[in-house]
Amino acid sequence: MVCMELSGQNADIKSAKDLGLVTCRRCSRVWPIETEVCARCGHAVQSRDITSLQRVWAFWVLGFMCYIPANMFPMLQTRTLLQVQEDTIIGGAVELFHYGSPGVAAIILIASVVIPVAKFMAIAFLAISVTRPSKVSPHQRTVLYEVVEYIGRWSMIDIFVVAIMASLVQLNTLAAINPGSASLFFALSVIFTMLSAQAFDSRMIWDVQAEATDHHAGETET
Amino acid sequence: MTTQTPLDPDTLIGCPQCDATYTLAAPKSGETAHCARCGYRLIAPRKKAGMQIIMLSLTIAVLVIAASVFPFLTISAAGRSNSVSILQAALVFSDGILVVLALATAALIIFIPLLRVLLSLYVLTPVVFDRPPARGAVKAFRLSEALRPWSMAEIFAIGCAVALVKVTDLADVQFGPAFWMFTILVFLVVLQDTFLCRWSVWNSLDKTQT
Repeated sequence: MVCMELSGQNADIKSAKDLGLVTCRRCSRVWPIETEVCARCGHAVQSRDITSLQRVWAFWVLGFMCYIPANMFPMLQTRTLLQVQEDTIIGGAVELFHYGSPGVAAIILIASVVIPVAKFMAIAFLAISVTRPSKVSPHQRTVLYEVVEYIGRWSMIDIFVVAIMASLVQLNTLAAINPGSASLFFALSVIFTMLSAQAFDSRMIWDVQAEATDHHAGETET
Repeated sequence: MTTQTPLDPDTLIGCPQCDATYTLAAPKSGETAHCARCGYRLIAPRKKAGMQIIMLSLTIAVLVIAASVFPFLTISAAGRSNSVSILQAALVFSDGILVVLALATAALIIFIPLLRVLLSLYVLTPVVFDRPPARGAVKAFRLSEALRPWSMAEIFAIGCAVALVKVTDLADVQFGPAFWMFTILVFLVVLQDTFLCRWSVWNSLDKTQT
């Protein structure tokens, strides 16, 4: 592993903003601060995305609003010879637990409840943390941000499971599974939280840190 | 130190994740340059990566098309059976407002992965064969990069595993040819993504233009 070094001292790392420059976030080319569009890749460049937090919160709220009906309406409608059964996300997991597959029930609960809720909390925490000096080191927050960005897409797995089951289990009168309306809300919730995480300008995590270290020389730098 | 000399932006590289700025020193092939502050992977060139990516992309394109039309999974219970392709699985959300979801699902698991592969072929083929970049190559690569988080073929594959666990007590499940194609596909998509050094691509598009 090779590390890029500007000066050999980590505490001396300068951001493009400090140097009066701006970095393209798409292709990592550096330009003079007044540049508006990256001449290499055509991406719009901004030293700091000033509308970032507004968009983060807007998508966050949309995502959260979609997450509520996603838990109230049925995700799956199972029709067998004798009965029609509609399951919400949590209801389905409880059902599975009672019928002897606690492992699968746990996976569903973690994927559809624990991870989405943790994601909402993580994004909110990050968005709040950059507006004030934070006790959590920028390094840890960067890791948190990477995890949120990485995990975000995986919540879509629920929707795919519903799609596979509903298309597969179509045995006429014997058994049929159909998607419920919660699936749409759940998908929207995942998409909005992904957009919310993408809108977050992760460079802000390090700005507050840089201002803080001006006062007491680089303590949390690693 | 570089702060005393006037800075030439051409000799610098910035970290897209934390905005740290470094003097550009391209690592040797096989080495990786990480941001010293946040650990972001800045440059990771590999020998022959271009050719490998082109080969992988061609394979992926063929597999995506084949995997989406051939039967994927078959279930049978009490003499009845039903087999579906991936396209059918995506289009299951077909009543009323759920159509939107059907289109989104089809896009996420088939069309966006396919489009990304085609775009990277379009961008990389001229570069690898030392030709001037194709017209609009910069736009094409930018689109491909913007679509990266929305390409969800590998998530769909794991979704299959979960769905299988849930369905097996209801009926027997057999794997169709497309299932195995998709499994290989997921592996190849991940491989292609690790091989691709974005900075090297941008750099080669840049150099040949000026």
